[in-house]
Amino acid sequence: MQKDLVSISEISKDDIELILDTASSFRDVLRRDIKKVPTLRGKTVVNLFFEPSTRTRTSFELAEKRLSTDVFNFSVPTSSVVKGESLLDTVRTIQSYGADYIVIRHSASGVPHFIAQNSAASVINAGDGINEHPTQALLDAFTIREQKKEIKGLEIALVGDIVHSRVARSNILCLLKLGANLRLIGPPTLIPNTLPKGIKVFYDMDEGLNGVDVIMMLRIQMERMGKGFFPSTREYFKLWGINQERLAIACKDAIVMHPGPMNRGIEISSEVADCPQSVILEQVTNGIAVRMAVLYLLGGSKNAE
Amino acid sequence: MRNNEFIIKSGFIIDPSQNIEGIGDLFVENGKIAGIYIKNNKKDSRKNGSLNKEIKTIDASGMYVFPGLVDMHVHLREPGFEHKENINTGTRAAVNGGFTSVCCMPNTNPVNDNATVTSYIIKKAHEQGVCNVYPIGAITKGQKGEELAEFGMMREAGCVGFSDDGSPVMNSLMMRRALEYSKIFNSPIISHCEDLLLADSGVMNEGTVSSMLGLKGIPTEAEDIMVARDILLAKLTGGRLHIAHVSSKCAVALIRRAKEQGIRITAETCPHYFSITEKAVIGYNTSAKVNPPLRTESDIDAIKEGLRDGTIDVIATDHAPHHKDEKLKEFDNAPSGISGFETALSLSLSLVRDGVLSMKQLTEKMCLNPAIITGIKAGTLKQGFSADIAIINPDAEFTVESESFVSKGKNTPFAGWRLKGLSAITISGGNIYEWKH
Repeated sequence: MQKDLVSISEISKDDIELILDTASSFRDVLRRDIKKVPTLRGKTVVNLFFEPSTRTRTSFELAEKRLSTDVFNFSVPTSSVVKGESLLDTVRTIQSYGADYIVIRHSASGVPHFIAQNSAASVINAGDGINEHPTQALLDAFTIREQKKEIKGLEIALVGDIVHSRVARSNILCLLKLGANLRLIGPPTLIPNTLPKGIKVFYDMDEGLNGVDVIMMLRIQMERMGKGFFPSTREYFKLWGINQERLAIACKDAIVMHPGPMNRGIEISSEVADCPQSVILEQVTNGIAVRMAVLYLLGGSKNAE
Repeated sequence: MRNNEFIIKSGFIIDPSQNIEGIGDLFVENGKIAGIYIKNNKKDSRKNGSLNKEIKTIDASGMYVFPGLVDMHVHLREPGFEHKENINTGTRAAVNGGFTSVCCMPNTNPVNDNATVTSYIIKKAHEQGVCNVYPIGAITKGQKGEELAEFGMMREAGCVGFSDDGSPVMNSLMMRRALEYSKIFNSPIISHCEDLLLADSGVMNEGTVSSMLGLKGIPTEAEDIMVARDILLAKLTGGRLHIAHVSSKCAVALIRRAKEQGIRITAETCPHYFSITEKAVIGYNTSAKVNPPLRTESDIDAIKEGLRDGTIDVIATDHAPHHKDEKLKEFDNAPSGISGFETALSLSLSLVRDGVLSMKQLTEKMCLNPAIITGIKAGTLKQGFSADIAIINPDAEFTVESESFVSKGKNTPFAGWRLKGLSAITISGGNIYEWKH
């Protein structure tokens, strides 16, 4: 694999499958009583988070610790960048600490690319602006594969705010590479007007759910409210929220996914979130395994050089 | 160096203001054009006897001799942003690109919205500039779009047009007033057309590339809607409207129709809008971040057609230098703009090579038309005018190395490009400057 994981669009289908296969091994490790392996002992990882994040950062941190790396967190609210230090200087500083990996989250699209170009460390994108969140897509693919054995040919629906969702963008790229049939469901204000070929768009939730194997719900960000994307959360839930009746429209064995954190009653009802078809908590556990695989494989390439 | 008297010999002289096109000699005396002798026309406006004297000669055979280029849309950054550019470096960069007259936009700090700032710029240009500098005043105080700036006083101090460039006048009533009030002075209102609310802090053209990069897009309609609005307001008021940096296909069509209807409108585009597309942004390349944003192939085609058929009157650079550190950052946070002086002529000459424009049309768009629109005494080789001349070698090639720019602004999406054609010698007020890179 290459030095960095900044974008699903820049990795091949083979790389994706390699990551998923490797993650399977790490998933087994996570089932053990002692969950730590010495694989990356002596390596240093910096979690550089310019945006608040609990879940992704914790998931990365656990993955890093279970591979025995030395971890430090460098959290910078975006405002302090405006105040003083440039991003480039921050990266150079971190480089000087001797970081082998930089896990980066930033509110501006393209920042992981920028860091990858300006740093010798392996850069892992933990979410950049509205662009990509590649490890989320990989853990979602891993979860689907775990549940459905093969992704190729599955009918997968992404529901909600596609246009602002880096999760959706990475998932679209990843699932297309793996041969899934994709549908996007949501209000026209939240669906991009340029999409890769072959993706079906539904504004009607019931119509869109008909015959799907996988339902990926996306989080509705409250800051979109009052900006004309949709009039109210009440209306949103009525038109695009998932509840038991709607779930029944999908295939019988359909699974429901959500990248978290959920807004119960806005995009997903509690009944659906907690039903047997929901794999939301599996996604969380799988996230650690997938991130371990990514760290392992990127580090592997560096050792080989 | 200063030369009191010299001849530019055997160049192909093009001066649309006098309808001159042919091989001949150009005479300069005391910083002024002293006359032109065209071989075939037997046109001879020399003073008696000057041919026989032993005077310095510049051999221009194989070269084109243009009036010094006029750029009606530049940012010299002084006062306030001298780390990006100042009047000295900016005018030296202009001259290196063949320009001898430039109109500088008012988005300085403080904003050029009053006669004191105008006078300061003119004084600085007089002391430290190497070409003519004509300020453009702000339309509204502080470019805030709320209150008209003092057009009359700024005009008297030397402003040749008014613009809130960089921050469009969003309030239609304010724009109406500006177009009405400026009629007293016959100065153009230069409009940066962008509906800020529709643009919604986008950072590049909205389309397949913005989708691919996950960057927030600005739809072309953000420009088109404001072009349409301003055309309607120009019609309503009878004011003189000039559309800055046209980048979209629809804007070209709207301007064409307005001209057909006899509305007082002129328009400019910039070399980057007919040379590169949104694809230049791929890789989060901040040197290709510019406002309006780079668009698509079909927009380029429309702009070329607009230049060819006269819909677009002017090629301006929108020279927008920035400090290296300002561009070396997150795409969202990097400032917009391209350092354009030192590549504009070469990129524009490719329009002639590609058959889009004749050499005479190019001269009109880069010399005569901007001078007419702003009412400045430039863009001509008429006897008695300042000796502002560009001697253009159409065949000289060079590779763009931004570090070699005379401008402080090294921000160019054309770095590494092999370009053809340049102003080998630029004469500004009789002073001779050789091209360097």
